[in-house]
Amino acid sequence: MESIQAKQGLVGPNDPIQRTQLPYVTGTSVVALKYKDGILMAADMGGSYGSTIRYKSVERIKPIGKHSLLGASGEISDFQELLRNLDELILYDNMWDDGNSLGPKELHSYLTRVMYNRRNKFDPLWNSLVLGGVKNGQKYLGMVSMIGVNFEDSHVATGFGNHLARPILRDEWHENLSYEDGVKLLEKCMRVLLYRDRSAVNKLQIAKITEEGTTISQPYALKTFWGFTAFQNPTAGAEGSW
Amino acid sequence: MTKQHPAWSPYDNNGGTCVAIAGADYCVTAADTRMSTGYSILSRDYSKIIKLADKCVMASSGFQADVKALQKLLAARHLIYQHQHNKQMSCPAMGQLLSNTLYYKRFFPYYSFNVLGGLDNEGKGCVYTYDAVGSYERVGYSSQGSGSTLIMPFLDNQLKSPSPLLLPAQDAVTPLSEAEAVDLVKTCFASATERDIYTANKLEIVVLNKDGIHREYMELRKD
Repeated sequence: MESIQAKQGLVGPNDPIQRTQLPYVTGTSVVALKYKDGILMAADMGGSYGSTIRYKSVERIKPIGKHSLLGASGEISDFQELLRNLDELILYDNMWDDGNSLGPKELHSYLTRVMYNRRNKFDPLWNSLVLGGVKNGQKYLGMVSMIGVNFEDSHVATGFGNHLARPILRDEWHENLSYEDGVKLLEKCMRVLLYRDRSAVNKLQIAKITEEGTTISQPYALKTFWGFTAFQNPTAGAEGSW
Repeated sequence: MTKQHPAWSPYDNNGGTCVAIAGADYCVTAADTRMSTGYSILSRDYSKIIKLADKCVMASSGFQADVKALQKLLAARHLIYQHQHNKQMSCPAMGQLLSNTLYYKRFFPYYSFNVLGGLDNEGKGCVYTYDAVGSYERVGYSSQGSGSTLIMPFLDNQLKSPSPLLLPAQDAVTPLSEAEAVDLVKTCFASATERDIYTANKLEIVVLNKDGIHREYMELRKD
């Protein structure tokens, strides 16, 4: 019996099992920090399809349960899949009806295990996740990568945020930031990302979580300044370049 | 038909260095606290050392997700052991368990480079050193991780370990005092930090002796 020759790019009946290896619709950086009353998290609302900015109203930060916020960069469909998993998790947690509820530490641990186990099966969820929350007065902020690398810190960022936002946070973050200062600091990071990350869009949401609860702001845009003299005649110093 | 090749790697090296030195009645285990990926720093304050049993401490560097999974597995196995035998696991027992656990994943390894430090059943310091797939050996001192190539020769020179091939077998534990050994470890890391970009920030030192467990920290260069 002759096996059917698979055409280029198509899956033939006798081919080995294939899995998604590349992301399609992706979100860019998420930046988060601990402040006096809880956690502040920011992400823009862009969903890029390769080099096109295809979607401009993607909510990349979602509240999970009573005590946590989850922000994701990377493949949007994998994030949505994760949200479905978490919905089920929170549902079962509520059904116990025992006064107890999953806190940010537990969720971070759960997400780490999910990401690591998917990586073990060579079928990763192509996301970098930021999990922040407050429970019983304890603030918690952690990150998980798509292969399961995880840690917690006072400020975290994914993707380009690691390179551009983290240094700013390392320099200017301190314990007991006020809400206004925290937002200013996050906006400073997001502005730098807007200028320098080509997949960033100028439409972002800032989410806040405290012991009292979660608030996710309405989408808004940052003020930008492009009037630098260096931009006026960009090739002034190097004729012939662009 | 073109062969499918993976566009992503299931492994990453999050860097870091671990050292352990065995003494007559103590064991010093140490590791830096930097966690990196590529040329970025993820965390400046991440512990690579975990207490597995009362007399057994493990320091691991390499791929952090695998290290975490390994630590969880060993901690769970230790709990079961305690339920079944009503006692703590000894360091040599944990040593064997770690080796078997690593070899179990021989064909999709834990990318984890470990040193186990603790006290054996006679109260003498013991250090076990491992590769990623579980080959292990009891030694008087060892280092693993990104800075190990810088530290190991220095320890060889300073601790002058007798050859393991000698008969009768000679004791590999160092005659140095606990304070001298801790000082030696600090020197090792101060040097490794200068040249290894993945070793830096802070040094965490755990000392196990008959009085129990004692932890101290030392600042390292942060660049």
